[in-house]
Amino acid sequence: MSQPITTPRKSATFDDYAMSEIRRAAATGIYDIRGAGAKRRVPHFDDLLFLGASISRYPLEGYRERCGTNVVLGARHAKKPIELRIPITIAGMSFGSLSANAKEALGRGASTVGTSTTTGDGGMTQEERGHSSLLVYQILPSRYGMNPDDLRRADAIEIVVGQGAKPGGGGMLLGQKITERVAGMRVLPVGIDQRSACRHPDWTGPDDLQIKIEEVREITDWEKPIYVKVGASRPYYDTALAVKAGADVVVLDGMQGGTAATQEVFIENVGLPTLSAIRPAVQALTDLGLHRKVQLIVSGGIRNGADVAKALALGADAVAIGTAALVALGDNDPALEAEYAKLGTTAGAYDDWHEGRDPAGITTQDQALMARLDPVKAGRRLANYLAVMTLEAQTIARACGKSHVHNLEPEDLVALTIEAAAMARVPLAGTNWIPGGGAF
Amino acid sequence: MNASEQVVDLSTTELRDLNSALHKLRPDTNQTLWRIANPRGRHSVAVGVDAPVTIEIDGHVGYYCAGMNKHAKVVVNGNAGTGVAENIMSGTVHVKGDASQSAGATGCGGMLIIDGNASARCGISMKGIDIVVKGSVGHMSAFMAQAGSLVVLGDAGESLGDSIYEARLYVRGKVQGLGADCIEKPMTDHHKAKLTAKLTAAGVTGVDVGAFKRYGSARRLYHFHVDNVY
Repeated sequence: MSQPITTPRKSATFDDYAMSEIRRAAATGIYDIRGAGAKRRVPHFDDLLFLGASISRYPLEGYRERCGTNVVLGARHAKKPIELRIPITIAGMSFGSLSANAKEALGRGASTVGTSTTTGDGGMTQEERGHSSLLVYQILPSRYGMNPDDLRRADAIEIVVGQGAKPGGGGMLLGQKITERVAGMRVLPVGIDQRSACRHPDWTGPDDLQIKIEEVREITDWEKPIYVKVGASRPYYDTALAVKAGADVVVLDGMQGGTAATQEVFIENVGLPTLSAIRPAVQALTDLGLHRKVQLIVSGGIRNGADVAKALALGADAVAIGTAALVALGDNDPALEAEYAKLGTTAGAYDDWHEGRDPAGITTQDQALMARLDPVKAGRRLANYLAVMTLEAQTIARACGKSHVHNLEPEDLVALTIEAAAMARVPLAGTNWIPGGGAF
Repeated sequence: MNASEQVVDLSTTELRDLNSALHKLRPDTNQTLWRIANPRGRHSVAVGVDAPVTIEIDGHVGYYCAGMNKHAKVVVNGNAGTGVAENIMSGTVHVKGDASQSAGATGCGGMLIIDGNASARCGISMKGIDIVVKGSVGHMSAFMAQAGSLVVLGDAGESLGDSIYEARLYVRGKVQGLGADCIEKPMTDHHKAKLTAKLTAAGVTGVDVGAFKRYGSARRLYHFHVDNVY
């Protein structure tokens, strides 16, 4: 009888991924940089369910009975607030990280369904201004491409304090994507590994931010809505401070929110999951008597109409999508599997957006690759996707008896896990128990 | 006051009305001379101007005076708060007194002249502006400076030019310390000629350009590698 052997056992702590990262760091001497948002499992909208109608709740007929989806942004101070037909916007993504065709496609898709797109850390391109009926112009710490003409050409202005993938970190754009056009817009040498600033150059803290917002309003004659975007970090206080500084709209980005290029360690270990950030932000607005007066846009991991409905039910006025919009354009499409394999990855996992070799032609500045993306067709796909998400959110809202998606409320929700119940401040399913509590 | 001079008294006129009036000026306006009285430290005075006019401000201003200026010549007969001439595109901003921090921040073009001293972060993230400071500048000046020139006739504080890109820094006095990736570079005849041109444009004459030292990027941070980390 042979000697029994012990089955080889891999460590749960030192798993294949952790060890591959150790080997990669040892070999290359540089941390892992990648695109996209947090990939780890965190409590999310999947952990919530809607209750729907019942004897005490009267549903609306699907398709036929009206269920509004419009949202007005910026009525607090701006002379010219903007109105979106759907409560889903396109988040800020830079020209540089994205190709010009991708930016055009985002503009085309969003405009078709009556919503806005947003510039990014590289200035405003003619492609996106020309094809976006509503364009939000970001003021970032780097101020690449910042100029008063584009400020005035924008429909709204977003001061970016942080983003969910990297609260406290600046952007990166590696040399492969710093082409002559990108370098020219950013006033940088061609081909360098570019690091965007993590702090604004001319203001520090909420009192300064208030003065900065006032300056932007003065430059634009108080016409444009001014958003303040924060990464989900201290959402109660950040929301309150943004409001105190005079924001018309607060944009709150959770850790699942994507980035063009950031250190993996940053993406996965800094910031809050989207689900946990919404209620504190809404509470801050409520405490100030400004919920629904200062609008809250939530982003980070929004994928479908259910996610939209859940974010709105928790108190958001709208959501923003970035990664999902890129997928709609064609990012990570299994049809390109052979090319992903050549890059050492697989469809669905491709996140080396900083390398500029995207076979889908989206996260690249390579002219040949970029030409693969037809902005008209890709824009149509995005418009379809946005329309479907809106229909899905309406379907849920009608099932809950709501004539406008903004009438969804936390009372319509339950949670599947204790963690999600505590974060979303809704009862654990089948109970009346909301764990947690206390001040934020 | 001459006949064509527009006088705006900020003790009786709303700032919003002043800036709005300035924004309405077209390139061929004949209202080419504006005098602003009683600024009393107000923020955002004469921001976003886009016309070849002269604006004289009689007194101290707060944050962001002449922010995003295009074409205009703005003169501050007093001190300026944080971010004077921030993101200036063209034209000239001349502060007759001292300037607070982040003077000329992210400026893309034009010229900022400061007769007195400038505080910390002067020329931060500058993108093509020329800044001439007749006094000294504070710490972290020219942080992440991308393009343009910073000329300092006095001294510079700690961490000058930290993480600098391609901007050129000229300092006549003592530099308390250089920031990451900023090094002293040779002052050639070419650079002396450039510096002379900047000084002349700023109305500074009779200065020995040979007394200046030049600083710029070592370009070691241009590509990520663990050996280049500070």
